[in-house]
Amino acid sequence: MPKLQSRLSGWLNRICAAIPDPDMPPADTFPAAVTFDAASRLYGENSEVVAVGGVTCEIANGSFVALVGASGSGKSTLLKMVNTLVTPSGGRVLFDGEDVTSLNQSQLRRRVGYVFQGIGLFPHFSVGENIAIGPRLAGETLPQARIEELLTLVELEPEMAARMPDELSGGQRQRVGVARALAGDPELLLMDEPFGALDPITRDALGAKVRELHERLGLTTIMVTHDMAEALLLADRVLVMDAGEIQADCTPHALLKGEGGDIAQGLVSVPRQQAERLAAMEGKLT
Amino acid sequence: MENFIEILLGLGDKLTAHIVLAASAIGLGIAVALPLAVWASRSRTVNRVALGFASLVQTIPALALLALFFPILLSLRSVFGEGLPTLGFLPALLALALYALLPILRNAVTAQANLDPGVLEAADGVGMTSWQKLRLVEAPLSAPFVMAGIRTASVWTIGAATLSTTIGQPSLGDPIFAGLQTQNWALVLAGCFASAALALVVDMLLGLIERGLAARKVRQWGGGMLAVALGILAALAFQFGDDWFGEEREDGDLGPIIIASKQFSEQYILAQLIGAQLEKAGYEVEYRDGLGSAVVHSAVASSNIDVSVDYTGTIWTNNLKRTDNPGREAMYETIRAWEAEENGVRVLGRLGFENAYAFAMRADRAAELGVTSLGDLVPAASDLTVGGDPEFFERPEWIAVRDAYGMEFGETRNFSPTFMYNALRSGEADVISAYTSDGRISADKLVVLEDPKEALPSYDAMLMLSPRVSNEAGIAEALEPLIGAINVEVMREANFAVDREGDGKLSPKDAAAKLAEKLGL
Repeated sequence: MPKLQSRLSGWLNRICAAIPDPDMPPADTFPAAVTFDAASRLYGENSEVVAVGGVTCEIANGSFVALVGASGSGKSTLLKMVNTLVTPSGGRVLFDGEDVTSLNQSQLRRRVGYVFQGIGLFPHFSVGENIAIGPRLAGETLPQARIEELLTLVELEPEMAARMPDELSGGQRQRVGVARALAGDPELLLMDEPFGALDPITRDALGAKVRELHERLGLTTIMVTHDMAEALLLADRVLVMDAGEIQADCTPHALLKGEGGDIAQGLVSVPRQQAERLAAMEGKLT
Repeated sequence: MENFIEILLGLGDKLTAHIVLAASAIGLGIAVALPLAVWASRSRTVNRVALGFASLVQTIPALALLALFFPILLSLRSVFGEGLPTLGFLPALLALALYALLPILRNAVTAQANLDPGVLEAADGVGMTSWQKLRLVEAPLSAPFVMAGIRTASVWTIGAATLSTTIGQPSLGDPIFAGLQTQNWALVLAGCFASAALALVVDMLLGLIERGLAARKVRQWGGGMLAVALGILAALAFQFGDDWFGEEREDGDLGPIIIASKQFSEQYILAQLIGAQLEKAGYEVEYRDGLGSAVVHSAVASSNIDVSVDYTGTIWTNNLKRTDNPGREAMYETIRAWEAEENGVRVLGRLGFENAYAFAMRADRAAELGVTSLGDLVPAASDLTVGGDPEFFERPEWIAVRDAYGMEFGETRNFSPTFMYNALRSGEADVISAYTSDGRISADKLVVLEDPKEALPSYDAMLMLSPRVSNEAGIAEALEPLIGAINVEVMREANFAVDREGDGKLSPKDAAAKLAEKLGL
């Protein structure tokens, strides 16, 4: 127990350490990787259900953006508009300056790595075949050395390439999912609650690993999560969504300083209070 | 037992025909069901309509479905021309394929609906086109379930294929139907045994494939598929080997003369008698045994069958749609002229006996009630049970008797012809609709009730030749000795030799040989 407590009580310090330098150059000096231009998605016979209601925002090249919100806030829908798993009802979504709906769907999806909570490893393919599927669809064969390199990248043994997915643990499977998303050398990585089904320790380790890969490979990453702590720790920009709209668009630093409005602060207060309560308990014990 | 094994070993050609038919039907079923299942998984309307239709088909009894294809194909001749076969392989194939549709379709649709949504999302996420998704993900993951459906369909189809005998397609149903009619239980058992064994072997092989697919063991499912393919190939080679490797048929060669028999002993015997006569004259013959009664006439008219024995009363009501009774001679002459003019069928002549409907009673029962004619029966009828063959109470003969005499029985019951006599013996029926040439009338010492009002029409047995062979002088010559040669006593004796049980029971072929001997042929 003390180990866990000290880990949690160290959160605030770590959050502060992870916050990017406020003096870094403003985002608009990079060309935008993804642009939402009044993008909306409506459901229902008379379009009465608004999942995403006209979002306008730019995701800078090389940035790590977290989309945070409660269930049903529209964050997953907004993410899936980028690789056209969901098509916009109105407005446009641009990838590298081009309207995603005008691009070849299969080619677009091969340029965009996608990791999601369901993982979705193909159970009839070995780990190696799962990782190589994207290039295989493009008519290329991923060399064995590259498969092993990708496995090493996500901290798995290269020998695992020959295993079947049902022989792996949940955390190992999601690492394979990340390796698969990276196999096609994507420019953009989309993650939809990627660590939602994992235990806290695995989750923490994999989150740090993804952040590290983001840096090392020079990716642009958009991650949907309902966990504000995770967003604050990993991202350099947090978009808070509610009822299909973006309610706050801040750096983690600004959010921790109390900016972003009531909804955003409501979400930030949860991990903060947990950390404070744990710190108080720790104080009583010593 | 020796008899049983001997029969079983002689079923080779029926077995191969059965395999070829069942495999073709399942193949066609798969070819239709799988694309339909893919379409159904992408459209709710198609899903509902396809599954609804397949379920509806399933509610039609297999026997009726097979029979229904005869009129359907007949009407399609206006589109596809007169060459479209209406009997035999084609209708059997279509009916059985339709029957095989449901289990395959339902399993394939269910398998697709139950695929892990995460896997499908991943397939989209990695950029698969919908064809790649089907080929790489949906098909391999559904395969074990689809295979289970194919397995169910195969067992059903192999069983139902025995019924295709009734529409003139050789199958393992031939010994079953022939055995049931002639009370040759070894024959019935052999047919059932062979068909059940085939179903079990196929079920085992397909089960092997199914488990191999589920466990992703290529060697296991590949080996199973290879075994199935080899089995089908062997059956094909056995059935068509002669055609592939044998001599080419010369122009003007008639090929085999096909002889029909309906589903009762007399027909089997006469078919054998005719066959023996034709073989003696140097013709090659084939038999289509156990055909449905309604099918035979159309088969002859369309030259699917070359020779049959039919009865004046049957043609009169079923084909000429007449309900009047002009008398025996006039009826025959009218039919003869009508057949020649309408169908090009040649009525070669009458064999000399009638197989008419007649009401028969046990002698002791008739004496007890003091009944000798239908008229005497009227006052007692309300306390009696009448038994008839499955079609009798729908037939004009029954309506004619009922109306002419004002007959009203206490109860009417249907029996298959074989069991009708047993019912009379056991007292489950007091009166039955017997057939005048039936050997059991004299053997059971039954009283045939007189028909003073001549309500029952005549049923003279006639030799019919299809348009294809109607002008073959050789055939007419070979069959001429049968015309007018067979009186009702001789026919009854031959029928009884086949229908009886115990010592002295003969196969239709032996009975035909004995009959030929008696006729001095």
